[in-house]
Parts: sequence; C-alpha cells; structure tokens
Amino acid sequence: MTEPTSRPSLFERIRARLAPNEMPSDDRGRMRMVVDSLILHLHPTKVIVTSMNWTYSWGLGGLAAMLMAILALTGVVLQNNYTPAAPQAYLDILEINSNVWFGELIRNLHHWSANLLIVVAVLHLIRVFVTGAYRPPRELNWLIGVAMLLLTLGANFTGYLLPWDQLAFWAITVGTSILSYVPLVGGWLSQLILGGPEVGANTLLNFYAMHISLIPLAIFGLMSYHFWRVRKDGGLTLPKSVDQVEEPKPERVTTIPHLVRRELIFALGWFAVLLIFAMFVPAPLEGIANPDVSPNPAKAPWYFMGLQELLLHFHPLVGAIVLPGLAVLAIFLLPFFDINLNSVGIYFRSRRGRSMTLLAMGLALAAAPLWVVLDEFVLNWSAWLPTWDTLLSNGLIPLAVIFIPLILLDEWTVKTFHADTEERVLFIATFLFTAFVVLTIVGIFFRGPGMSLYWPWAMPAAH
Amino acid sequence: MTDTPLEPTRRDFLKIAWAFFGGLALVETAGVFIAYLQPRLAEGEFGSVISAGLVDDFPPNSVTHISNGRFYVVRLGDGGFMAVYHRCTHLGCTVPWDPAAQKFVCPCHNSQFDQQGTVENPPAPRPLDLFGVSIENGEVKVDTGDLRQRQSFESAQVVYP
Repeated sequence: MTEPTSRPSLFERIRARLAPNEMPSDDRGRMRMVVDSLILHLHPTKVIVTSMNWTYSWGLGGLAAMLMAILALTGVVLQNNYTPAAPQAYLDILEINSNVWFGELIRNLHHWSANLLIVVAVLHLIRVFVTGAYRPPRELNWLIGVAMLLLTLGANFTGYLLPWDQLAFWAITVGTSILSYVPLVGGWLSQLILGGPEVGANTLLNFYAMHISLIPLAIFGLMSYHFWRVRKDGGLTLPKSVDQVEEPKPERVTTIPHLVRRELIFALGWFAVLLIFAMFVPAPLEGIANPDVSPNPAKAPWYFMGLQELLLHFHPLVGAIVLPGLAVLAIFLLPFFDINLNSVGIYFRSRRGRSMTLLAMGLALAAAPLWVVLDEFVLNWSAWLPTWDTLLSNGLIPLAVIFIPLILLDEWTVKTFHADTEERVLFIATFLFTAFVVLTIVGIFFRGPGMSLYWPWAMPAAH
Repeated sequence: MTDTPLEPTRRDFLKIAWAFFGGLALVETAGVFIAYLQPRLAEGEFGSVISAGLVDDFPPNSVTHISNGRFYVVRLGDGGFMAVYHRCTHLGCTVPWDPAAQKFVCPCHNSQFDQQGTVENPPAPRPLDLFGVSIENGEVKVDTGDLRQRQSFESAQVVYP
C-alpha cells in the first residue's frame, strides 16, 4: 500500500538537507542564510558600505587568510611524498619535482604562497598602522595579528630547511646560530631547537614536526580568534577623508551578495595569478646539503636579510637580539600609547602626518644606504678601540651613534611641526621601517661573495 | 571565642594551596616536555677522539682540513700543533682556509682569522674554538668532545711533539 500523500524521495531529502533549494531573493532570506551557515557566519548579516572600500583595506587580511588555506591544502598533500630524514628529504624533493603528477606545481604553489604571505601580512600590518585601526577597542586584535606574523615567520623558517639543499642548510645554520647569543640560556636553547650541536638529522625532524603540527595549529587557533574579534570590535574601521571632522555615516547593505561577491572575485583573481606564477617560476633548489662547504655568499632567507645586514654592522647580541627584540616590543605596545580616536580611518593621520611620513621615508632612503657604505669603508670601531670589548666597540657605540640622531630628529619634529604623539609615532616608525627595507634590499641584491658590496649588475657568480 | 575569623581563613588557605599545587603541576608538566625534547646525542661519532695522522704528515707552517672531525690541524712554524674547529664563532658557517692569503676567511660575513685562529676582522666575537690535542707515539689525536672556547691566543694552547 502506498500513501496517497507524496513523500519526497530519499535523494530529494538528502539534497534538501545538504543544500538550499535556491538562493534567497529578499534581504531577510539573505541575512538568514548568513546566520545559518558555519562559514558565512564569520560575517555579520549586514556590512557598512564604506568598510568595503577597495582602496581602504586593499583586502589584505582576506588575501592572507586565502594564502593560509592554499598553504594548508598544498602542505597536506606534499607530506605524502616527503620523508623528514637526511639525505632522503632532498631525494624526495627531486622526486616531487620530476616523478610526481603535478608535484612541482604543488611545491611551487606552496613555496610562492608562503613567500607572498609574508609580504601580504606585513602590508596588512602597515595598513592597520597607518590608518590607526589598532586603537581602542582593537588593541587585542593587533596583538593577535602580530603574534600570527611571528608564527608565520616561524612557519616559513622551519619550512625553509625541509628541502635539505645547500640553500636550506646554510640559511638555517646562520639563522639558528643567532640564538646562541641570547644571554645565559643561548647555548642551551640552540641545542634544544637543533637537537644537537649543529644542524643535522635531528634538526630536520624537529623543524618538520614544528612546521606541520605546532605552528599551523597555533596559527589556526589565533586566526579564528582574530576573525571573531574583528566582529566583536564592530567590524573594520571606516575610512575618513583627511579633513573630515564628523564621524562617517554607517550605511549598511546585506552581506549577501555585496561582500561575498567581492570576496569571491578577489579570491579567484588572486588564485589565478598565483597559479600562473607557480606554473612558470620554479621554487629554488640547489645541490644537496654539504656541511663541509658553506656557499659564498651564504645568505639567510630573504625576509631575514635585513637582520643579516644588521649582523654585518653590529655585535650579534645587539644586531640579532637587542634591536629585533626592541622592535617587536615596540610593535606590541603601539596601540597602548597611540590612542587618538579622532584620526582613526584617516590614512597617515592628518595632512601634517602625510608630509612627515614622506619626509621620514626620504630621510631613511638617504641615511640607510649612506650608513651602510660608511660602515663598510670608513667606520671600523673595533680597530679604533682595540682594547675595548667588541660588545661595546662593535655594539653599543654604533647603536648610540644611530639612536642619538634619531632622538634629536624626533625633538626637531616636535619643535618644527608641533607634531602630536600619533604623528611622532608615525614618523619614527616610518623612518625605522624604511631603513629596514633598505637594509633588506641591500642584503638581497647588493651583497656578493664575502658579503662585500657590489652593484647588482656587476655581481660575480656565487662559488 | 571571637566571631572574627582567623587570618588566613580556611577559604584563603585552600585558595593559596590550590594555586600553589596547581602552579607546581604546570611547572612539572613543562619540565617533562622540555626534558623530553632534549637532544639525543649519538655516541662514537663526532664528539669522540679522532686520529688525524702522524706528526710527520704535517709540515711546519701548514693547515690541513680533517673533514670527519670538522677541524683543521694547524702546525705552526715552530712545529707546534693546534686543532681548530672549522665552525665560525660568529654564526656557524664552515670557515675555509685561504692558502694564498694565509687566513681563514668566512664566506658568510667575512670574518677573518689568522693561522692560530685569532680574529683579524670582525664580526666574529672571539677566536676560532679549539679541540684538545694529544700526541701519542708520533700520532696526532684530537678529542672532538673537548671543545675549548677562548678569548685570545696563548702559547699554552699549542701542543709540541
């Protein structure tokens, strides 16, 4: 006996449970759909129109999240063809490149996404900084973001060793030797991380474990927290034009389709760019790691070349521990002393802030190369002060020589421009960051054999 | 008997006790993980006593790389021996000997050391490290487990046959 009333078929019921019948056509339905979906409910049901301005946020946070997703996916499949043991790791990479379907494409995607992620994360940080978007109540999310940036550097650094080629081996040797300069616990800490006195089989296993479990897990947790906090703090800050006094009007539209459509177009566009790039530009791979022969020059990963450049000029304790430590501490503390809510959403704070930013960039673009060249050819503190400890002669004295003019420069901006706290912070941060970028560029493009200075077009081949 | 409770109250005492023993348990757990993560050192490899060769294999004023021991046998002009660790004291690169310049020149950051391992050009913060050398029956033996850091060259660092 069949029931007279028609019941939906099994397939019909399964389909209906898994996917909605059709896209809702009214705002109420659209908002309902956002609330009811696990992924979409990261968004509010409605968003403020101006917070979606392309030229305000540049979509950098979303792009970073997308790159994380690509990295997770390509990383998981790369594990299927990789053994974290020397020398098998290197042979596996060769196999991935030559003997695995789409192996080279997947590796290239992973490599270039990881490198792009560092650029994007730093740009995201800069965007939030120059628009004052980290000010109350968003301080905590700034801290989470900076923590994620540090973890991203950690993920990149641990991943750098895994191919076990010369590039990897020596970049990690140089990078981890920095740890041994940490006062008191340095030697112990470096032994712990390397799993022995030098980079070796234990190091590879340690780095692999951190790269595939601890660091991604921490990043995933912080990412979820970061997104949740964006909503708790009332969404993105709203753009303001430079002379605007009154607060921007929060006109809202539904998330579907306005925000979701933008995100999909943006993600697809970037994915296409990445895919084409990964098809044509291979990730670097040199000869197998050889502990007897350091290549000349031996360079750290590009994102640490600014640090390596500092190491050429300072005692390692100052160049690798004190300066970067102070920089990270200052970045963490920024939202606690730069708190003027009136200029939130204005790029570079004010008209005066804009001039001062340009001035700081110009000064750093002139001063940093000048200092590099002077220190290379003229300054020789340790020879001038032969009886002094190198920590003093090659560390604290040059540090003072750099910081005293910076303090004077800061006082000069107060006197000349009557700069507020927020503009002074902007000025000093711009100066230091630009100088750091210059050092990074010098390290990548202008340092050749023996870490001497060369013009990039006259660079002798490495040997 | 008074109504005012004794200081600390039972509640305070329990709170402090919980905080103390809870904190102790956390420290112990951290200790377990840190101990677990300590490197396992392999015996009998780099770290043991290595025979570099016979005394007469090394002419005076020569520098010879012993790859499996990761050191150089330096024989000074006066016939004395030193075993110099090939790892740069700056950031750990392997330092090659440049026979033309008669120096160790690090490829990573251009630290330079003379034949005795003394710093000629920073950024290296101290001379190249040494291993203990002993000469038995005309054979040069180097104990790679006996790493000696130093601040300057001293004649006591040289071993004579």
